[in-house]
Amino acid sequence: MNDWDRIGPQLAEATWDTLYMVGVSTVLTVLIGVPLGVLLTITAPGALSPSPAVHRVLGLLVNLGRSLPFIILLVLVAPITRGIVGTTIGSTATIVPLTIGAVPFLARLVESSLREVGPGKVEATLAMGARRRDVVRTVLLPEALPSLVAGITVTVVALISYSAMAGAIGGGGLGDFAIRYGYQQFRTDITVATVVLLLVVVQVLQWAGDRWARRLAHV
Amino acid sequence: MIELRDVRKVFPARRGAAEVVAVDGVSLSVADGEFAGVVGPSGSGKSTLVRLVNLLERPTSGQVVVDGQVLTDLDDDGVRRARRAVGMVFQHFNLLDSRTAAGNVEHPLELAGIGKAERRRRVADLLDLVGLADRHASRPAQLSGGQKQRVAIARALAARPKVLLCDEATSALDPASTAGVLDLLRQVRADLGLTVLLITHEMAVVRAVCDSAVLLDRGRVVDGGPLTEVLTRPHSPLAAQLLPAPAVAGARGDLVRVTVTEAAPEGRVLRVLAGELGLDVEVVGGSVETVAGRRFGRLLLSVTGGDGRLDAALQRLRDGGSLVERATPGDEPPPLGAHDEPDGAAPDRLVVPHLLDAPEVQR
Repeated sequence: MNDWDRIGPQLAEATWDTLYMVGVSTVLTVLIGVPLGVLLTITAPGALSPSPAVHRVLGLLVNLGRSLPFIILLVLVAPITRGIVGTTIGSTATIVPLTIGAVPFLARLVESSLREVGPGKVEATLAMGARRRDVVRTVLLPEALPSLVAGITVTVVALISYSAMAGAIGGGGLGDFAIRYGYQQFRTDITVATVVLLLVVVQVLQWAGDRWARRLAHV
Repeated sequence: MIELRDVRKVFPARRGAAEVVAVDGVSLSVADGEFAGVVGPSGSGKSTLVRLVNLLERPTSGQVVVDGQVLTDLDDDGVRRARRAVGMVFQHFNLLDSRTAAGNVEHPLELAGIGKAERRRRVADLLDLVGLADRHASRPAQLSGGQKQRVAIARALAARPKVLLCDEATSALDPASTAGVLDLLRQVRADLGLTVLLITHEMAVVRAVCDSAVLLDRGRVVDGGPLTEVLTRPHSPLAAQLLPAPAVAGARGDLVRVTVTEAAPEGRVLRVLAGELGLDVEVVGGSVETVAGRRFGRLLLSVTGGDGRLDAALQRLRDGGSLVERATPGDEPPPLGAHDEPDGAAPDRLVVPHLLDAPEVQR
């Protein structure tokens, strides 16, 4: 059991893989999920740019993504992953299902954040002669920013848990490591070590996200 | 400067709610530089009416004209440009929490595409104008209600509008802040030559700042005109709201209603009745206030010992310019706001097309 000098670097590499997968998919999720959340919000009935058809279709897509268990989604999107990355194994390949799984999640969080922005602020800005995109850019997003940061933090934490799950089908990272060494080789100490590492990563991210959100809030 | 021509706004029926006629054929005009008020009970359509002026609500029918431009004929782009000439102030300020006081004032200037140096200069001037130069870096959360409304007024004036709309601008403020904000509105109106349309349910606000007012009830204008004229008009429902007539019921003796104006002060009435005729005169109720900068009031006198001389004396007073009449219980205008009565009992529609028909209105 005194093989930690061999396992240690591998654990460090697995941690790096997890951070890489989660980092890249967070960026992609924000890039896709925030605009999607904005669209969901402004196309709602009585909102800035009501469009029942668009709203319904987007809502359906988001609900579909949200209702699928992630492990099923992993398998379902495998052909898409192969098309984009060329393989379904490894941490780079895992970024695709992670992003597809997290986008609907974040889009709903963004929607509820933007809905919290007082309609009076929107009205006041329209009264200044603003265009609708000005309202999104100068009112909805900046006013909801603290809440958006909190939502992104929750999404990152969810991504870490998804990434560990992806390990079950060869996705790389800490989840993969815990299954191959801890579970399949009956090494409870390795399982515990990965759990502790995951816990530390989640704690640090949540703490940083909370701090950032608090700094942005001026109310 | 502002003209509404037979404007209707109907909100279509939605799930569980019937169609609502919020504004029902309103015509009114506000002259250049006028400070006009719209009053009425809650649900009378005031807030919808003010939103029709800058087309935040599109009218179902009728025309909206601001500064000679028919806004209802413009496309979305034209409406947006026209809105820059109309500032708006709200009950709940509607400042952005993510921006400082200066940032909020800068917002409309950014939207108008004005360069940074020019924006900075104008923001400093505007904060100075509203007396908040030292609070430019404060967030709305760090400001009092009165200060927030001052920032909102600075923001509304930033794009140099010709018209300022105030939607219950003082209704969320304490009396001291209300007085301060009203002083500021009066000052900017005079300094910048603005036309102001103010919506309120507080009659004290109208008395303090307005030149003219209309009374809205169930989406219709039921009374209106220059305040100096409205208040001397007998049985005007708007005058009854602005200066409630003292209750007649329960008073004894011969009752005389006196309308007090600067041209017809109450002193002469009292002198004739009590001094010359030697009658017993008591003031049963009433008040005298400053309205549109002038003294106005309504008093109810109880006169005893008249022995038939009272009517002749009142006629003599009237001939001399005093506004006096006999009062009997039940002859006051009915109060507004009792909206559950059948529609047939609604007062006949009275259109007041021009608020400034009377010549003696102060500007």
